[in-house]
Amino acid sequence: MGLKQNLHNFRQKNKDKKWLPAFSAIHTFLFLPNETTHNGTHIKAADDLKRTMNTVIMAMVPCLIFGMFNAGYQHHLAFGEITQATGGFFSAEFWTLDNFSVGFWKVIPLVIVSYVVGLAIEILFAIKNSHEVEEGYLVTGMLVPLIIPIDTPLWMLAVAVAFGVVIGKEVFGGTGMNILNPALTIRAFLFFAYPTWMSGDKVWVHGAVEQDQLIAAGKNVDAISGETILGSLAQNKGANYDIMDMFFGLIPGSVGETSTLLILLGGLFLIFAKIGSWRIMLSSVIGALVMGLIFNGVVAQEWITESSKFYGLMSTTFWQHLLIGGFAFGTVFMATDPVTAAQTNKGKWIYGFLVGFISIMIRVFNPAYPEGVMLAILLMNVFAPTIDHYVVQGNVKKRMKRVKAKVA
Amino acid sequence: MGKDSRLILDPLADNNPITIQVLGICSALAITAELEASIVMSISVLFVLGIGNVVISLMRNIIPSKIRIIVQLIVVATLVIIVDLVLKAFAYELSKTLSVFVGLIITNCIIMGRFEAFALGNGPWRSFLDGIGNALGYGVILIIVGFFRELLGSGTLLGFPVLGDPIEKTGLYAIGYENNGFMLLSPMALIVVGIIIWIQRTRNKALIED
Repeated sequence: MGLKQNLHNFRQKNKDKKWLPAFSAIHTFLFLPNETTHNGTHIKAADDLKRTMNTVIMAMVPCLIFGMFNAGYQHHLAFGEITQATGGFFSAEFWTLDNFSVGFWKVIPLVIVSYVVGLAIEILFAIKNSHEVEEGYLVTGMLVPLIIPIDTPLWMLAVAVAFGVVIGKEVFGGTGMNILNPALTIRAFLFFAYPTWMSGDKVWVHGAVEQDQLIAAGKNVDAISGETILGSLAQNKGANYDIMDMFFGLIPGSVGETSTLLILLGGLFLIFAKIGSWRIMLSSVIGALVMGLIFNGVVAQEWITESSKFYGLMSTTFWQHLLIGGFAFGTVFMATDPVTAAQTNKGKWIYGFLVGFISIMIRVFNPAYPEGVMLAILLMNVFAPTIDHYVVQGNVKKRMKRVKAKVA
Repeated sequence: MGKDSRLILDPLADNNPITIQVLGICSALAITAELEASIVMSISVLFVLGIGNVVISLMRNIIPSKIRIIVQLIVVATLVIIVDLVLKAFAYELSKTLSVFVGLIITNCIIMGRFEAFALGNGPWRSFLDGIGNALGYGVILIIVGFFRELLGSGTLLGFPVLGDPIEKTGLYAIGYENNGFMLLSPMALIVVGIIIWIQRTRNKALIED
C-alpha cells in the first residue's frame, strides 16, 4: 500500500469530521482522488478548475521571477551601488545573483502572507459551510503580490487579503459567485486604506521609504526617489525611461507588472492554452489605443497647452500607454478573469474595449492617482452582467424577428 | 406591560429599522465617521421621534386623512428646527460636522414610517414607547458603526487618542500600525452596516428573507 492509498483510507475513515474539507483540499492538490468512475463512457476534459488555475499561475511565474530581479536591480540602482545595466534586459549586469536575492527575500514573504491568510479564510468558510474548499484563491494569491509595491508592510497585506476574500468573495457565496475580481478588491482596499504606501515616488523601490524615515529622524542620508513613469508624466516632467526599458520592464513599479514582454508571453500562453480570452485582451488594447489617439488629437489640435496639468499624460504617444503602468498586466491577467468578465462573445468585445478606454481616461484625468487600470476593471466587473444581459436580449430579439418573418 | 416592553425591545434587535427594515441608511453612511456625531445624531432622532409620535398620536382623530402627510411634515419639521437651533446654540462645532444632515432628519424614512404605521393608530403612551424604541434601534447601529469607523479610521474615540499618537509614533503606532483611511470614506460605512446585517442574520435564521 502506497502513500496514495493510505491518504485515501485516511479520508474515508474521517468522512464526517468537520475539518475534512481542509484535508481534501490539500489531498486533491497532490493526487487524483480514488473516486473517479472506472467504467462506462465519459467525456474526458483535462482542464478542471485546478488545472485552469495552475495554467494561469504558470503564465505568471516569469513575471514573478523577473519581478524579483527587477526589485533588487532598482534597489541597488537607486542606492548608487551599481550603474545602469547598459545592455538592458539581455545584459548579465541585470541578471545577477545579488539583484535576485534582494528581490527574493522581499517578494517571497509577500507571496507567503497572501497565500496563508487567503487560504486560511477559504478553509475556515469551507468548514463553516461544510462544502469542499474551492481552488479560487490559487490565482488570486499569486496575483496579489505581483500588483502591490515591494515595500508594502506584511500586516497591511494580511488585513487587505482578509477583507478582499471575505467581502469580495465569500459574502457572495465563494469562488465563481463574486462580482468583483478579488485580487483587485484587495489592491483597491490597500489603495484607499493606506494611500501613502500605495502611491507617490517612494514606495516602488525597496528601501526608499525607510530612507525617508531616517531623514525625518534627522539622519544624514540621501533621499531616494523611485518615480514611476506615470508619476513623472503626471507631473509634466516627461517620461524618465526609454522605450526599451519600458518594454522589457527595467523600471520601478509594482512587483510583477513592469515587464510588458513577459506579460505578453504569458498572455500568448494563456490564449494558446485556451484559458485567457483573446477577445478581451485584443479589444482592451484597441480601447486603450482609441482613447490614446483621442488625447493625442486633443494635443495636436492645441486645445490644451503645455501649462495644463494633463499635458504630460495626454501628449504621450498613444501606443506607449500600453507599455507603462499596470495596463498590460491588468489586461492579460485581471480583465480576463472568467468569473467577473462578460461571458458572451459580443459582450467580451464591449467589456474589453471599455476596460481599455476607461483605463486610459482615468489614467489621464485622475489627479490623485496616475493609474486607472484597477479602477477601470473593477468598474467594468460591475457592468459585465448588464452587458451580457443586453447582448442576450439583443440575440433573442433578432431570433424572434426571424420567427415572425417565417410565419408571415 | 409585557406588550409595551416589546415596543422598545423589538426595534433594538429583531425589527431594527436599519438592519432589518433598511431605513435611514443615508444618514447612517454620512455622519458615522466620528463617534460623537453618531451619538448626537442618535439623540436628535430620539427627541424628534419620541415627541413627534406623541404629537401625531394625540392629533390622530382630528387629522383629515387626505392631508395627513402634510401635517406629519409640519410636526417633524418643527421638531427638527428646534433640534437644529439647539445644536447651533450649544454645540456649534458639532452642528457644522452634522451640517445638512440634521435638517435631513425630516426626510429620514424611519420617522415618517413610524408616524404612518404606528402613531396614527395608537394611543400616546404606546406611540411614545414605539418612537423611543425605534430611535434607540437606529441609534445603536449608528453608535456601533461610529465606534468602529472612528477607532480604525482615526485611532481615536470621542476625539480621545486611544491607540497612541500617529505623529509622535507612540502606542500602537510605534510598532508600525497605521490608520485605515478607507474607514473614513462612506463606502466603508455601508460595508460595516452590511457586516452587522450579516452577523445578525446568521445568528437568527428567521430573519433571512428569500
